[in-house]
Amino acid sequence: MAFISSGYNPDKPMEGRISDIGPRHFGEYLPPVIKKNFGKWDYHEIIEPGILLHVAESGDKTYTVRAGTARLMSVTHIREICEIADKFSGGYVRFTTRNNLEFQVETEEAAKELKTYLNGQTFPGGSHKFPVGGTGAGVTNIVHTQGWVHCHTPATDASGTVKATMDVVFDDFQNMKLPAPVRISMACCLNMCGAVHCSDIAILGIHRKPPIIDHQYLDNLCEIPLAVAACPTGAVRPSKVEIDGETYKTVAIKQERCMFCGNCYTMCPSLPLSDGEGDGIAIMVGGKISNRITKPAFSKVVVPYVPNEPPRWPTMTKVIKKILDTYAEDANKYERLGDWANRIGWERFFEKCELPFTEHLIDDFRDPAYYTWRQTTQFKW
Amino acid sequence: MAKHKTPLLDQLESGPWPSFVSDIKQEADARAKNEKGLDYQIPVDCPDDLLGVLEMSYTDGETHWKHGGIVGVFGYGGGVIGRYCDQPQMFPGVAHFHTVRVAQPNGKWYNTELLRNLIKIWELRGSGLTNMHGATGDIVFLGTTTPQLEEIFWELTHDLEIDLGGSGSNLRTPATCLGMSRCEYACYDTQELCYNLTQEYQDELHRPAFPYKFKFKFDGCPNGCVAAIARSDLSFIGTWKDPIKVDQEAVAAYVGGEIAPNAGAHAGRDWGAFDIQKEVVDLCPSNCISYEDGKLAIDHKECVRCMHCINTMPRALKVGDERGCSVLCGAKAPILDGPQMGSLLVPFMEVNKDDDYQAIKDLIENIWDWWMEEGKNRERIGETMKRLGMAALIDAAGVPVDARQVQEPRHNPYIFWKAEDVEGGWDRDINEFRKRHQR
Repeated sequence: MAFISSGYNPDKPMEGRISDIGPRHFGEYLPPVIKKNFGKWDYHEIIEPGILLHVAESGDKTYTVRAGTARLMSVTHIREICEIADKFSGGYVRFTTRNNLEFQVETEEAAKELKTYLNGQTFPGGSHKFPVGGTGAGVTNIVHTQGWVHCHTPATDASGTVKATMDVVFDDFQNMKLPAPVRISMACCLNMCGAVHCSDIAILGIHRKPPIIDHQYLDNLCEIPLAVAACPTGAVRPSKVEIDGETYKTVAIKQERCMFCGNCYTMCPSLPLSDGEGDGIAIMVGGKISNRITKPAFSKVVVPYVPNEPPRWPTMTKVIKKILDTYAEDANKYERLGDWANRIGWERFFEKCELPFTEHLIDDFRDPAYYTWRQTTQFKW
Repeated sequence: MAKHKTPLLDQLESGPWPSFVSDIKQEADARAKNEKGLDYQIPVDCPDDLLGVLEMSYTDGETHWKHGGIVGVFGYGGGVIGRYCDQPQMFPGVAHFHTVRVAQPNGKWYNTELLRNLIKIWELRGSGLTNMHGATGDIVFLGTTTPQLEEIFWELTHDLEIDLGGSGSNLRTPATCLGMSRCEYACYDTQELCYNLTQEYQDELHRPAFPYKFKFKFDGCPNGCVAAIARSDLSFIGTWKDPIKVDQEAVAAYVGGEIAPNAGAHAGRDWGAFDIQKEVVDLCPSNCISYEDGKLAIDHKECVRCMHCINTMPRALKVGDERGCSVLCGAKAPILDGPQMGSLLVPFMEVNKDDDYQAIKDLIENIWDWWMEEGKNRERIGETMKRLGMAALIDAAGVPVDARQVQEPRHNPYIFWKAEDVEGGWDRDINEFRKRHQR
């Protein structure tokens, strides 16, 4: 492997340097019909699952074909996407916020032809490459984080839990038979890079064991005051230990105060808290982003813990499927999952979804906890 | 021939949903064959080793990636996230495996020329694996070695005129919905505002000067397709002030069943005939819609612009013409003090390109000045707001106090009056007081 220089000269790092130019302007990448009708769209329709029609004030029409992806994608895969875009959509393609692909085509026939083509593309292992769907009152792609693929703090895998979940809810990706859209999100630790805290259904990796203290290395790898300050509950304090006659500056942890957030580990790599037995998944439901009918809402924890069961996390997917199916059967048209649970009452939600209510579901974290307790005699038996 | 046995991961190749395992294997094969004869600049077998280390995580239920340490490009404090494997002897191909965040075109529109140019760099100088896209919106290149970082940055800036995104205690790469490019609901040009502010604040994006991360997100309407209200320290959500425009003929077409409600979103199930009373009038959260004698009426003074009626009958109802955005501040995920939704700071702001969005920039800079002064290390602005109060933020932001900023007035009378709020101020003479009150 010979080193190939780009032109960068390490001896003169500032020479010819270009910085702070930001992204390219989006206007360069808009398909012609999009560019022409920018800001002048009249209405849209979902022709069938995965195919949208947008009609401009000018009368121009554009059809969008939407397909799911694994988000983690190789350059070989992206090259295939380019080939499809060149062949079908004039060399343009868009990625959605939820990691779907979108191709613009001119006619309904072309959209259906593209849908058939995309649905026909499979990996040698058998899975789809570009399954079409993700529109309307259904499940669209799961936004997620890195998990065991590339992150240093995860309590679970992201790509694997998402694959397992999407396989189980695939019918609802390709159809639109739910009462309202259901947004599933996945974050592999409490840091929530995926911001799952406002999702209809959230898969959240959690730790359950306090950090292990790597006493002999801690002072070399970490700033002790930063590790102490990182703890939101004051469980970490400076300390000293003696090992083999040598004294080390380190920290001590009041374990009963630990809420397993991992913030200390982020500040100090000598405080790892990952554990094959301790780690797993919490399931949260009932959040939303949109202001439609009801206000945006936070997700609520309804299952405090399911174990990591790679590769397919069967307990987790069973719970998700049960919640989704119960909601689909019971909710009113346009009613989001959390609005349904609010209407029937959360005591009824647990009953209908056949989930046990445990002490771990009663909030005890600071002031917001108070607003989750019941201050009324209105409840259901 | 796979380098490592991956019996657990192999099980994720079946099932309908796209398999990331199959894709990584595909890339491993492509690199092994190297049909283009590339002189790969990082280990050829890194996708194999990534599968190997991931299989190990699947076996023992723990990650095998270490803290990143300081890696990056000269002059930047963000954009690259260091990553090292904790079993480098077993998986040398991914021993050093840093992430590069690349600034995406706003709205995530691409042509194939740009995509091919991006992957050309990453095929040669990286693992060939990406996230399209990361949760904040950047293009994410997964896995390269330190000597390649400056080379990648050079090629991105010189050949593609594209920059790195944000990481660390910076302004993070701003993200937007697709806005006016393909949506009739967009109340302002989200993409142009996002682009303009991204360019304006490149220094804040690349050089950490903040207490912690800071995110801007731009939603064109209250439907919130990029989740600004839940994920961004400052959310710009499109809204309007004047009446919703009603086309009574199109209303009749919905009632008559000629047009499917909700743009056809519920077509997968038989919900019965469209019932405008039940599906629109009765679901209006502020009860401002009525339907009588075949006419739909909206008492627009009472409308809270939730979007439901417009979403349900997009051909009959249109957002008003007096458009702008609401600005909300302080959203974040639960770390550390619990989740926070953005709180309404400015109910309505004009989004004016003609003066280069000066009013918005003034607001942003007022807020930043306050947060950089008052915020603690690793404290999101939502937490600073909570600690010091919404009133302090409103004051610092230089915006008027407005009943719209609260859900309801305070429950306690513990008001932090200031001396200037009270007649005669706070300075009093104890001797004067004692003339009226014996000790």
